[in-house]
Amino acid sequence: MPMIQLDNLTLGYDRHPAVHHLSGEIAAGALVAVVGPNGAGKSTLLKGIAGELRPIGGRIVMPALPAHGLAYMPQRGEIDHSFPVSVFDVVAMGLWHEVGAFGGLSRRQRERVRDALDAVGLTGFEARPIGSLSGGQLQRARFARLILQDAPLILLDEPFAAIDSRTVEDLVALILGWHAEGRTILTVVHDLEQVRRYFPTALLLSREPVAFGPTAQVLTPELLARARRLSEAFDDNAAECHIEAVPTLPPSTGDGAAAPGHVHAHDHDHAHGHDHRH
Amino acid sequence: MTEFLIDPFTDFAFMRRALAGCLALALGATPVGVFLLLRRMSLMGDAMSHAILPGAALGYLAFGLSLGAMTVGGIVAGLVVVLAAGLVTRASILKEDASLAAFYLLSLAAGVMIVSLRGRNLDLLHVLFGSVLALDDASLLLIAGIASVTLVCLALLFRPLVMECFDPAFLRGVSRWSPVAHYGFLMLVVVNLVSGFHALGTLMAVGIMILPSAAARLWARGLPMLLLLAVLFAFASGVAGLLLSFHADVPAGPAIVLVCGVVYFISLLAAPGGLLAGRLPVRNHLER
Repeated sequence: MPMIQLDNLTLGYDRHPAVHHLSGEIAAGALVAVVGPNGAGKSTLLKGIAGELRPIGGRIVMPALPAHGLAYMPQRGEIDHSFPVSVFDVVAMGLWHEVGAFGGLSRRQRERVRDALDAVGLTGFEARPIGSLSGGQLQRARFARLILQDAPLILLDEPFAAIDSRTVEDLVALILGWHAEGRTILTVVHDLEQVRRYFPTALLLSREPVAFGPTAQVLTPELLARARRLSEAFDDNAAECHIEAVPTLPPSTGDGAAAPGHVHAHDHDHAHGHDHRH
Repeated sequence: MTEFLIDPFTDFAFMRRALAGCLALALGATPVGVFLLLRRMSLMGDAMSHAILPGAALGYLAFGLSLGAMTVGGIVAGLVVVLAAGLVTRASILKEDASLAAFYLLSLAAGVMIVSLRGRNLDLLHVLFGSVLALDDASLLLIAGIASVTLVCLALLFRPLVMECFDPAFLRGVSRWSPVAHYGFLMLVVVNLVSGFHALGTLMAVGIMILPSAAARLWARGLPMLLLLAVLFAFASGVAGLLLSFHADVPAGPAIVLVCGVVYFISLLAAPGGLLAGRLPVRNHLER
């Protein structure tokens, strides 16, 4: 049973597609690194799956996903660091699906908050104001909140940006733990070394899907070069798109790892008539 | 001493009413002001206070200095401006501050025009600067009622509102409470501005919301302490302002807001979050 089915999905802003005609399936239990050049639509894809952005074409189906089963961690979020809340309170927000707007925290739930803080190495930071944390510590706190959300589908947008290697290792260990528990995880990662080292499956995006499959077969020099070419070919005044044929992610097998991903991605750099609609 | 501090309240009913009004405002409007401050909407609160003017003025035009008409008019006008600004923000490229500024400026101009159509300057002064020393039973009940409703609503909205302030993206991700918290809060702002408007007038109603909150923010690290301190500062300023007005024979509204300002400046100098705290030489720093 696939966790996510993408059906001819186009996501974008102002009619400009950022993710273009993407079809395919991501198996339940897959651990997928989403890679690609800047502006390739990686964050947009996550936003779309999280429901923050309505598709401008196609659809996203998640048949097996229970209510509250999706946890999404945006890149920087809109966190107000100066807000006077403690680290404990922030992490406890992860229990929202259990306590809601009015419920109190039981002793057991307080215990779980402390366990989550322990798991990310923030024991002893409970009472600290959130603004006093460093960037890496804040990211650890956000991961502790994710632990409590206990979601079968986890979307992480560049969780390792501007984080030291020690913290990255700890956070990756958490992610691999979630993978072992059978959760489905999509993570945007910029550092290809990290992808090669930790992630079994990779999705290479460049507006068009370039490749999807086992990491070693996706992160090849040829495919990466191709992704770069595609992203550079973006045209602000592109003509309207009337594609019927659809680039497809090959059906993935087993651990979300698909056959070597040849994806039929057609070029969009041929801007015919310029229509200036700005 | 007692005759200076206590007797004005024991001897004069209008002072007691004013005192009760200040207590209600401190309990209702100031916590709302704390959240305005934390949401970085202090200036928007100011803008919205001007926005209620034409509604109150229309009520005044139709019914004279009638409490009910001016209250309903003010609330309706405030909500219309808030919703219109929200709508423009969502549907156009203008940001919230720009769209709100546009609406409140129009609103203020319309309000002054409407008042001047019929009223005398004295009425305009009443609308702009309030009349905390002339609160009648109905006004007092209204202010106390709004304060009570506000406290209940804040208690119900507290958790979603804190999350909406701290990490709105997360709240949107886990629940549908985000718009409820946002618009519910804006409604509380509007009704409390109207309540403050009866006592302090449209121009200064925001004073008792923002100044004590800003002062308390300089002292408190946690939200509960911040709310408590802000309410205490607001009420203390209210009492001091009334006494100042009584003894020095100055208008009460501005006196109260000025005392709030004094508290703010003292906090700015003395509080751990203030101007001096980081500049004094440190004798011993901590071991770790």
